[in-house]
Amino acid sequence: MDSIFVFEQLLNGLGYGLMLFLLAAGLTLVFGIMDTMNLAHGSLYMAGAYIAARVHEASGSFAAAVLVAVAATVLVAFVLEVLIVKKLYARDHLAQVIATFGVILIADDAVKAIWGPSPLMASMPAALAGPVQLLPELPYPAYRLVLLAVGLLVAIGLYVLVNHTRVGMLVRAGASNRRMAEFMGVRVGRVFSFVFALGAALAALAGALMGPISAVQIGMGEAILIPALVVIVIGGIGSVRGAFIAALLVGLVDTAGRAFLPPLLRALLPPALAADLGPALAGIAMYLLMAAVLILKPAGLFPARA
Amino acid sequence: MPKLKTVAVSLALSAALGAHAAAPIKVGMALDISGPFATIGAETRDGFNLAIEKLGGKLGGVETEFLQTDFAGNPEQANQLVARYLQRDKIDFFTGPVASNSALAVGPALFAAKVPFLSSNPGPSLFAGKQCNPYFFGVSYQNDTYDEAAGKVANEKGFKNMVLIAPNYPAGKDHIGGFKRLYKGAVKEEIYTKVGQIDYAAEIAQIRAAKPDAVFVFLPAAMGINFIKQYVGSGLKDIALIAPGFTADQDVIEAVGEPTLGMLNTAHWAHDLDVPANKAFVEAFGKKYNGRYPTVYAAQAYDVVMAMDAAVREVGGKVADREAVVAALKKANFKSVRGEFKYGPNNFPVQNYYLRVVDKDASGKLTNKLVGTVLEKHQDAYVGDCKQ
Repeated sequence: MDSIFVFEQLLNGLGYGLMLFLLAAGLTLVFGIMDTMNLAHGSLYMAGAYIAARVHEASGSFAAAVLVAVAATVLVAFVLEVLIVKKLYARDHLAQVIATFGVILIADDAVKAIWGPSPLMASMPAALAGPVQLLPELPYPAYRLVLLAVGLLVAIGLYVLVNHTRVGMLVRAGASNRRMAEFMGVRVGRVFSFVFALGAALAALAGALMGPISAVQIGMGEAILIPALVVIVIGGIGSVRGAFIAALLVGLVDTAGRAFLPPLLRALLPPALAADLGPALAGIAMYLLMAAVLILKPAGLFPARA
Repeated sequence: MPKLKTVAVSLALSAALGAHAAAPIKVGMALDISGPFATIGAETRDGFNLAIEKLGGKLGGVETEFLQTDFAGNPEQANQLVARYLQRDKIDFFTGPVASNSALAVGPALFAAKVPFLSSNPGPSLFAGKQCNPYFFGVSYQNDTYDEAAGKVANEKGFKNMVLIAPNYPAGKDHIGGFKRLYKGAVKEEIYTKVGQIDYAAEIAQIRAAKPDAVFVFLPAAMGINFIKQYVGSGLKDIALIAPGFTADQDVIEAVGEPTLGMLNTAHWAHDLDVPANKAFVEAFGKKYNGRYPTVYAAQAYDVVMAMDAAVREVGGKVADREAVVAALKKANFKSVRGEFKYGPNNFPVQNYYLRVVDKDASGKLTNKLVGTVLEKHQDAYVGDCKQ
């Protein structure tokens, strides 16, 4: 296990973490501020991936594909909010979970009806399809470096937005004490709509960017929803900073679990046992992390309503 | 008096007719058109439907009801579905699930009810060996046999060091075990991934660090699509990929595109296999489904319906006599798209396995091309454990 291998895995972990962050940021804002559990967040991610794949194929421009995907998904989210989510703000979590789960099922069938049941081929922009020689011994996929850069930029942008703008102040006020914010004259409804649209835009961005390295397929939103939920639980509900740290942690732990645990166990245990135990432990590493954090800090690392 | 007799006879006749009309043959089909095996499920369904259309919705000339239900690649749901098929619908044949864990989950209930289970894809080692059953027919292949062929190809190509990668579920272990059975070189790493995994960056870094001559990859459906894209994007293109046919079949080729070029893969069938029944099948398939090339899944599914058709014809439509049906199925008296095959003592096929390579066809479309035969009239390794 040489240093290049460790460095490469570090990059992989950070990249996965940043993509999780794009998803989890929207999820945690909506949950933290509006107190609304939106399971259909993953469906917005799927929508972003499908639209980007199709637009990229038709136009040949990846940048245009990402922009159109984000814009179109925000539009879908707007309709979703007006028709369904608005009615759920006043309901309890169970109603929200059931209703948004219904949205997932409808979204999956809608995608099947529009684009068919088979996964789509989302191609990479040709200029980024190959590897870049990062170090003499380490070619690294150029596209993943772009993901890293975009993820970091968005994180910085969100940090500035939430901590240094007026909108961000209202968002934080809504997250930490919604009723007080209402008393102070914040038009919470508008902030809600803005946050919902922002979350959708981030989810679509993640979907559009992840499409070329993963299969664009029905159900992709559900698969990524679980780690995103783990991230917001670890980070503390409603906290963008918490989501950022937790996403990086989950990304690193998940990658490290898959990369280092199996070889380590093979060195320590009989091969048959190691082959059974390694993947199993790697698969639950993220949940072990969550359990450990919750034992120490039951409200997550940086809860918004501390 | 003669009048009364006539009435009685016509009553009896119409009763018999009525009974016949009310009870067509019922085939329970479990589809996986959503979930982790969605692409394979869709191919399987298309293969079934082409065969059903060709037979005019009948088996052996007898009216047949084909019940198709999606159960999303989930063994738990498969169990419930099969219970419903057995208790409510009283099916006469069962087929369909894509994954080995689903086949293993539903097998016992079907065997207890004496309903023939014709596998349109999975061939778990347990059903080929210790738990073999006269009611199970591995119409497709035994899970390891593709990999045995891949192992032999790896020897012939001179790959001395290899990394093996597969999902962590029963079929994943079967496939890696099969590869190692005939492969003579060294295995540097054996990597097991989550079922349905999306990101393979960690595994690809392990492969890079291990510096193998080639990588054996069994990752079906979307898992393979992701892996191959990321593998090529990571600059590992020079380390050859060798796979059982599933990981480089038409569904994967179409989703991944150019990066699949040159992938070596082994299968018991190829769309350019020179067999008359196959030519007719591939042409009909293309006509029905927008010029698509079928995958092995579609080909096997087609064969399953043809196998049922032949068996029903053989027993003259009397599917209630299950022992006769099983005996008829065992004869495999139909024109398979893969040419000649027969069942061994464990009801798994004795057939040829071929090497295919991803290349471009005359119109520039990416597809598999037949290279040659790797294993001839090959039976799986578990047949000795089967006591029936």
